[in-house]
Amino acid sequence: MAQSCGHCCVKINDLNVQIGHNSILKNVHLHTDCKEILAIVGPNGAGKTTLLKTILGDIAYSGQITFQVRGALNKNPRIGYVPQKLNFDHDAPVSVQDLIAASLVSFPVWCKIKGETQNRVKTVLEKFSVTHLQKQTVGSLSGGELQRVLLAMAMTPTPDLLLLDEPGSAIDVKGLSLFYETITGLKEQYDISIVVVTHDLAGITPYADRMILINRSILAEGTPREILSDKNLIETFQLSLLNISRLLIPAELNHKNQ
Amino acid sequence: MSDLYFGWMQYDFMKNALLAIIFVSPLFALLGTMVVSNRMAFFSDVLGHSALTGIALGVILGIADPLWALIIFTVMLALAVNYFKGVTGASSDTTLGVFFAMVVALGVVILSKNGGFNKYTTYLIGDILTISGGQVKLVAAAFLLVTGYWLLFGNSLLLLSVNPSLARSRGVKISLVEMSFVAVLAIIVAISIRLVGILIINSLLILPAATSRLIARNTAKYTLYSILISLFCGVSGLIASYYWNTASGATIVLLCAFAYVITALITRCLRRKVA
Repeated sequence: MAQSCGHCCVKINDLNVQIGHNSILKNVHLHTDCKEILAIVGPNGAGKTTLLKTILGDIAYSGQITFQVRGALNKNPRIGYVPQKLNFDHDAPVSVQDLIAASLVSFPVWCKIKGETQNRVKTVLEKFSVTHLQKQTVGSLSGGELQRVLLAMAMTPTPDLLLLDEPGSAIDVKGLSLFYETITGLKEQYDISIVVVTHDLAGITPYADRMILINRSILAEGTPREILSDKNLIETFQLSLLNISRLLIPAELNHKNQ
Repeated sequence: MSDLYFGWMQYDFMKNALLAIIFVSPLFALLGTMVVSNRMAFFSDVLGHSALTGIALGVILGIADPLWALIIFTVMLALAVNYFKGVTGASSDTTLGVFFAMVVALGVVILSKNGGFNKYTTYLIGDILTISGGQVKLVAAAFLLVTGYWLLFGNSLLLLSVNPSLARSRGVKISLVEMSFVAVLAIIVAISIRLVGILIINSLLILPAATSRLIARNTAKYTLYSILISLFCGVSGLIASYYWNTASGATIVLLCAFAYVITALITRCLRRKVA
């Protein structure tokens, strides 16, 4: 398991979110460390996305969310966020360059994107091998391409906390493993804390350091191995024992190899 | 010879109207780009129609120039609709439909009391030719307001149109940007309603941006084409309305709609060829 620096974290205490008469999240306690991939897993409608948006400051809540950056309390940490989808028409006239430039500089992109800014955008995209997409419209990208562009954007400047909402929803299995490998690389390189919300239990298992099973409130918390042997999981995901054992086998093999 | 082409220039009212169009067209084009990107076409239509109630309130309060009553009412309505959208959780179409019905009915009821509605029909189709020098200055001030706003908030508006949560993660103050945008939109609609009319003001906002969207591949071109289309249709529509003796606002809208249809057909043919 990755070693935390012990100086950066998000602590959530007794978080409750209510929308109308619906209680979306109840008594959520959780904390993330740096250099850690925390997977938040749960069925559809479990409040996973709501939890992310609450951390982002999008949704009103009761309870406490505190951020600590390099040992000091910080009210405005840098948060990188990769949304599940954009509310976008396919033909929207926004290029990848527009999107990233608008998030980097205050000079209005509708006037002009200066040469210097174009170079900055290129550098941002280079790290994720997507420079060829710079002039393309956002609507024309494939699910995997869009994910990499949004990740490149979220990583500039390097955030204290990276939030990923359902990264698997628009890409194929191969693309998704590549994506998870990329974020594992980011975790190692930048020591950041990464929170991944997903219902793709199988996909995230090999990459997550810790896993939280959620359905309105937290049902289980631990390493993926611990979680996968939890009986709550069987009820929540309605997985057969066969499926679970299949998920556990690679870990078992890895263990033997070591 | 020059009379044949520039005969319309000899009248002061045409000069004023031309100046007004030169200021109004680009700012409608700018606002339109965001109205279209944020799917707010119905919202801006409600703002346009709310002018009826705004004028009616001006009449009740005994204000000679209903412009201020109009501006205040439209801005308040815009902020209220924006607020209710978040509170009720009803689809924004439904919320807007409710407001639309309310403002039109209330306005017509008040203005039609004692059969006096005919006085206000100018507001329905607009009359740019009666614009005074003072009103041209007001429109010029509106032009500066929108340009300044766009320079300051353009990037935030772009991010917001892509994904609000993403925008927030990039430090955009979402409520400030949303509220200020609807307020600016409301002010501009209120100021220009007399010039172009309640029935067609929304088309002037939507059409240039919608046309530009068919051909633009990035934000700068989206904005530029939108402004050029709006200016071209605005000026040529005004001149055409002089020679055809038709309502200027509607003539401009017809040209805009024509530009949209032609552009749509051409881009479709080109795409087919490529495919």
